[in-house]
Amino acid sequence: MTVATGAAPTVAVLDYGSGNLRSVVRSLERAGAVVELTSDLRRSVEADGLVVPGVGAYAACMAGLRGVSGPRIIGSRLAGGRPVLGICVGMQVLFARGVEHGVTTSGCDEWPGSVERLRAPIVPHMGWNTVEPAVDSVMFDGLQDERFYFVHSYAAREWTMAAHEAFAAPAVSWTSYAGDRFVCAVENGPLWATQFHPEKSGAAGRRLLRNWLATL
Amino acid sequence: MTLAVRVIPCLDVTAGRVVKGVRFTDLRDAGDPVEMGEVYDAAGADELTFLDITASSDARQTMYDVVSRTAENVFIPLTVGGGVRSTADVDRLLRAGADKVAMVTAAVQRPAVLAEVAQRFGSQVLVLSIDARRSADQPSGFEVTTHGGRCSVDMDAVEWAARGCRAGAGEILLNSMDADGTKSGFDLEMIAAVRAVTDVPLIASGGAGHPSHFPPAVAAGADAVLAATVFHFGEFSVAQVKDALRTAGHVVR
Repeated sequence: MTVATGAAPTVAVLDYGSGNLRSVVRSLERAGAVVELTSDLRRSVEADGLVVPGVGAYAACMAGLRGVSGPRIIGSRLAGGRPVLGICVGMQVLFARGVEHGVTTSGCDEWPGSVERLRAPIVPHMGWNTVEPAVDSVMFDGLQDERFYFVHSYAAREWTMAAHEAFAAPAVSWTSYAGDRFVCAVENGPLWATQFHPEKSGAAGRRLLRNWLATL
Repeated sequence: MTLAVRVIPCLDVTAGRVVKGVRFTDLRDAGDPVEMGEVYDAAGADELTFLDITASSDARQTMYDVVSRTAENVFIPLTVGGGVRSTADVDRLLRAGADKVAMVTAAVQRPAVLAEVAQRFGSQVLVLSIDARRSADQPSGFEVTTHGGRCSVDMDAVEWAARGCRAGAGEILLNSMDADGTKSGFDLEMIAAVRAVTDVPLIASGGAGHPSHFPPAVAAGADAVLAATVFHFGEFSVAQVKDALRTAGHVVR
């Protein structure tokens, strides 16, 4: 960490395709970071924090991510204990695989398990929903009763990573939609992720991003 | 844990200014869309919709600027519609800071554009906006119109909603042209008919004139409710709509 006390942390937002990245950048700036939108490997590794956004199809996102050496960037950062935050499909690609329309696509495999289609009468799951924060969550500090904005058709329904005595247990938070329960956030050492969009979740989203920036 | 019903103010924008007319004519100026977006965000709006009713291509650039300036300071979802014809238009709006785009006329004229947008950007960015009105000529009793209700096309609105979902639309914005601007309440039968044949979120629009008009729209099957004039001219607030929904037993943020 190169940040002096009181200095604003630097954050790289990984640019690997289309979509609304402007809101991700602006929300992080508003939360107090110095933000750069980049696909450059070195800039992405050197920033205090890396945000992996993502919208659209799993396979398209993985192709885009591979195109900028995203899995390598994420791997390098984690090997050095440097924080990474995945958002929406940027969280889903951290799992071993995604299944869309019967086609399985390999993910970054930071976590075991698969991302599959929601089982609800109305999909996408679109709008403001509550969360069940993990008991030891830092991400949701001060945000226990807030709603966050979700828009997705797929999710990780199971958390299967084996506990290991050498590592701190990840904090896994959950959300339910129409009776379907899925992982809505993970805090696993330096690797954090949210299924919802903090950059679109108003004041609650800003507080969550500040909680993340405080770990950089 | 229940998903909250979304209350969505809609801003009709032309040449960078907010307008709204009764039945899309007799336009009145109600201010700067960026400022109004911030006001609605602070007032508890769950999303914002900008509808660009500009005709000229010069003014389209103004709309990209409006979207971009809004995204600087508004941190709730923003849908932009009006004049969106191609994947290139969608890409440009998303990059400017829109989260979703609504397609109306272009989708009617060339339905294949729905699948093109959904495949490239995902269904979640694609809102199929349907301006519909009652018509004895269609099986469901509702027909599709374009150009703000000025043109009638020979399409069944309910069938079109179902087809749009199959083509990849991630949400339906259903606007009753009969009710639009009348302030006499939503067309509940139309909402129920579209709900019955679609499996994506449904936004009800057109006809809101009192907070008590909103709960029946949700009961009829709407996941979200949208209104313009009544919010812009201060007739009632987003908070009053949410109070009415809450009192009726619906979950709101």
